[in-house]
Amino acid sequence: MTILRIPTPLRAYTSGKSEVNVSGSKISEALVDLTIQFPAIKSHLFNESGELRPFVNLFVGENNIKDLQGVDTAIKDGDRIMLIPSIAGGWSVK
Amino acid sequence: MIDELSHEQILRYSRHLLMPEVGLSGQIKLKNSSALVIGTGGLGSPVALYLAAAGVGRLGLVDYDTVDSSNLQRQVIHGTSTVGKLKVESASDRLKDLNPDIRIDVYNEPYTSENAMRIAKEYDVIVDGTDNFPTRYLTNDVCVMLGKPNIYGSIFRFDGQVSVFYAKEGPCYRCLFPEPPPPGLVPSCAEGGVLGVLPGTIGTLQATEAIKVLLGIGQPLIGKLLLYNALDMSFDFVKLKKNPNCRVCGPNADIKELIDYEEFCGVPGHHADDTSAGANWDITALDLKERLALTPNLILLDVREPHELEIAAIEGAKNIPLGEVAQRMSELDSAEEMIVFCKRGSRSARAIEILASAGFKKMKNLKGGINAWAEEVDTSLPLY
Repeated sequence: MTILRIPTPLRAYTSGKSEVNVSGSKISEALVDLTIQFPAIKSHLFNESGELRPFVNLFVGENNIKDLQGVDTAIKDGDRIMLIPSIAGGWSVK
Repeated sequence: MIDELSHEQILRYSRHLLMPEVGLSGQIKLKNSSALVIGTGGLGSPVALYLAAAGVGRLGLVDYDTVDSSNLQRQVIHGTSTVGKLKVESASDRLKDLNPDIRIDVYNEPYTSENAMRIAKEYDVIVDGTDNFPTRYLTNDVCVMLGKPNIYGSIFRFDGQVSVFYAKEGPCYRCLFPEPPPPGLVPSCAEGGVLGVLPGTIGTLQATEAIKVLLGIGQPLIGKLLLYNALDMSFDFVKLKKNPNCRVCGPNADIKELIDYEEFCGVPGHHADDTSAGANWDITALDLKERLALTPNLILLDVREPHELEIAAIEGAKNIPLGEVAQRMSELDSAEEMIVFCKRGSRSARAIEILASAGFKKMKNLKGGINAWAEEVDTSLPLY
């Protein structure tokens, strides 16, 4: 099992969970497992053609999967995957 | 070059002078340095306060908003006595009291492609204390084009991020986030909320990084991103690399001058109305009051989160939070006319988009949300 860390903006789609246990030997399999467990998150991570959206950043340990083998990056038990969101803050209430 | 400190200044900065990493020469360096703080809100408040206290000789403040009482939960540079004042003036008055020795330049204007280069070129570091994607991309691109460090901080609810994007020595913001999320996918803090102390933590870290960069000491967060979560009290660091395909700092960059950032992000900046679903969809609170008098059983759909109903509610409204609208639309009847509302009109505008794409036609968006209803119709309800 690998731990996938969910940032606050996406916890609305993981029943409020900050960490989800996912299985798979590479990132793409872990993400499939995540979307099976929490189908509502799928459209936030993938576009219509099933590719990861460009603003979605996934890190294994300290490293961006874009600097490794992308969604084919191998993962093993005990690895920690982090989803890093684009956050901008909030404009004032008008 | 101002190369001396007065006796008063030596006393003021004595705790800095005692540390060899700063010392007299470092303090003089700070006195001769400058920082531009973009935004005097949650992040800009601690940034400006600490940079002023530290003796950074020249501070620029950019904001065009006025102080509102709902700001005071986190924007600690302002106060109850400055509600209604221009934020840059409120902030500048507080900073002059904290440190009368420094020069403060205020820019009471939106930070845009037209004025950004002119304003930023005067300063050594740029601190990103903005709260929206268009201004963040603008700030980044200005820093890349002018070769200046961008001291980045961003917050949402309990999460914060800090980095130093300095394209001369490492990646820029676009290397990590080539594109913003589509509008509507990430709610703003005005809808999602933010823990008041969170921008204090993140802004203080930004001030720390700005001072380190100005002094040239320590290891600034260049090529690293700090991720903070206040609930978990977790600090995580990840490595950031330059993206060879970066459109602004990569070897084949095609963005050579500032662009239209609102168009790029697909969202309006501050000066546009994001609480409207379009004139054809909108209904004002007063018009809704009249409609309800004629049709008392008109369907009202409240797309706020359940805990918001404790703050203020309209009797008889059905609650389906925006995040559940797509899954639960079978509970709604597209043949019946429906008024959709939220706190201020932007979530309901998105709910209307979702419902319209599923074939719903008979809908209206309560412009200004329940806050407009509270202001114009039912004044027993609080504004929030």
